[in-house]
Amino acid sequence: MEQIYGIFLYTVFLLTMGGIYAVLTLGLNIQWGFTGLFNAGVAGFFAIGAYTSAMLTTAASHRHLGGLGLPAGAGMAAAMVASALIAWGVARICIRLRSDYLAIATLGLAEIFRLVLKNENWATNGARGISLIPKPFEHLPEPWNQVAMLLLVFAIVLVLYGLLERAQRAPWGRVMSAIRENEAAARAAGKDVERLRIEAFILGAAVMGLGGALMAHHIKFIDPNMAEPVSATFLVWVMLVIGGSANNRGAILGAVLVWTIWSTTEIITTRLPAEWALKAAYLRIFLVGLALQFILQRYPGGIFRERRLRTVAPPSSQKGGSHP
Amino acid sequence: MDTSVTPTPSSGAPAPILAVEGLTRRFGGLTAVNRCSFRIEVGRITGIIGPNGAGKTTIFNMVAGALPPSSGRILFDGTDVAGLPTHTMFHRGIVRTFQIPHEFGRLTVLENLMVVPAVQPGERLWRVWTSPARVRRREREVRERAEETLRFLTLWEVRDELAVNLSGGQKKLLELGRAMMTEPRLVLLDEPGAGVNPTLLLKLRDMIRHLNRRLGYTFVIIEHDMDLIASLCEHVIVLAEGSVLTEGPMDAVRRDPRVIDAYLGGGEEGGAPPPPAPLPPLPPPAGRGTRRGSGGGASPDGG
Repeated sequence: MEQIYGIFLYTVFLLTMGGIYAVLTLGLNIQWGFTGLFNAGVAGFFAIGAYTSAMLTTAASHRHLGGLGLPAGAGMAAAMVASALIAWGVARICIRLRSDYLAIATLGLAEIFRLVLKNENWATNGARGISLIPKPFEHLPEPWNQVAMLLLVFAIVLVLYGLLERAQRAPWGRVMSAIRENEAAARAAGKDVERLRIEAFILGAAVMGLGGALMAHHIKFIDPNMAEPVSATFLVWVMLVIGGSANNRGAILGAVLVWTIWSTTEIITTRLPAEWALKAAYLRIFLVGLALQFILQRYPGGIFRERRLRTVAPPSSQKGGSHP
Repeated sequence: MDTSVTPTPSSGAPAPILAVEGLTRRFGGLTAVNRCSFRIEVGRITGIIGPNGAGKTTIFNMVAGALPPSSGRILFDGTDVAGLPTHTMFHRGIVRTFQIPHEFGRLTVLENLMVVPAVQPGERLWRVWTSPARVRRREREVRERAEETLRFLTLWEVRDELAVNLSGGQKKLLELGRAMMTEPRLVLLDEPGAGVNPTLLLKLRDMIRHLNRRLGYTFVIIEHDMDLIASLCEHVIVLAEGSVLTEGPMDAVRRDPRVIDAYLGGGEEGGAPPPPAPLPPLPPPAGRGTRRGSGGGASPDGG
């Protein structure tokens, strides 16, 4: 009985984390999937969101800025606004860069954010991070606080999914994919490509900021290491690519799937003898890479394909698998 | 400007919708377009010909706003539009197509056209979420227009296909279709006939003619296919080395020794090359399906 209860709690925790990663992946999907913006700085917007919400919602403390004790909802809203504002500044500088250059620029900026968070002790408590971040529903009795948090994350993912799905099928999504497919032609079709790219970048970053805030409240702690490129940027990219770029369901499925692999392998590696455990940590990255290979061999465009407008339902004889 | 360019009106004296004055574009040490001046009359199909490197596409890029001129003026409807961005030019009514088709590959053919119209409330995220009914209403109109256009282009059957899967010729038609999704006041076609098979080429020619005669489109066409130019254009501008060499009706232009010179790459010896072969390589009598330029020895591409 005890064991089943443990598995239940673990599953709740796993799904909550998967849901939070789904928020991050949906954010990246707006930028990369819809619009083709190669943002390699997911971790940066994650961190901005997490720290913003943490500083606003914790109790007063001399260790870091803020400590206003605001409710978590206000913190999350502020996290989105902060990420959006920073994204606006970044986009003003970088948005004209072509994909690979944009990737390098955003990767660099995310690292700068991380190092600032790590070194500005007076504002962020440096490498020790911010703890005692309030968690929604934490006053409920033991399993129910976790379940309530899961439901909250689930609801947020659902609302985001609804909004983004609508946006993608609307002319807004169409013009974003037109930019992704051929920028010169989008310009020739009268679209203000710069403005639209900035819009997608900001929206994506705001969603990532929300993901960061959720993570901070869920873990109740945030430090600069959580904004490492591997755990925040790389993992989110793998989730989107595996699930299927430009498909919101794919983003969600990819997030839950990859987080499950990432997380359950930890169970195995932590039970290994000490001298193996350290090496085994790298095994996780290897396993995620292997999963990526395996899935992309089978589904070249990710598990879910991008959906486009069809005037007639495609015949059921549509060829699966191979490239068009 | 001493633009003594005779308008050579075929009927009355139509107003120029576009007047290019002293247009110049330098790329480093290279002057691609050198003090070029000409006018485009409303309602007409004007051809621009000239050997490769004459600056034809560079002029298009400047008129369409893709490239700012180094100097000179581009008067569209009497106002200088030089250096304005492409999307502004589009909203003023200048639409261009590309020599190499620029389709939105992973959008369907229908969607490729639906992207184009300017007034789309659904391109505003806020409207998508707050007034879906209005977005849907406009979307229906846009879709009807796109479907109509696809029927005209004979692309109806492939409407649900991803544009990347179309044949080269179909992509060319789609380029033309983009221009038809607005109310263009000036359409710039960059080599609409390049890489198009002869049958489709005839179809394309008829479509352009139809749009001009029935719907009053004003076209400027860059083309190496002299037959296409001869059959469509009342007026032809010949460019060489970035400037206007001469202009006039096709019959006059093709007999001009300077034009022949420019195409055959003569020049140093001053006089026209000995056998002034009739310039444009009229279609090879038989076979030689495509018109990819490098066909005959005297091909315009040879320069």
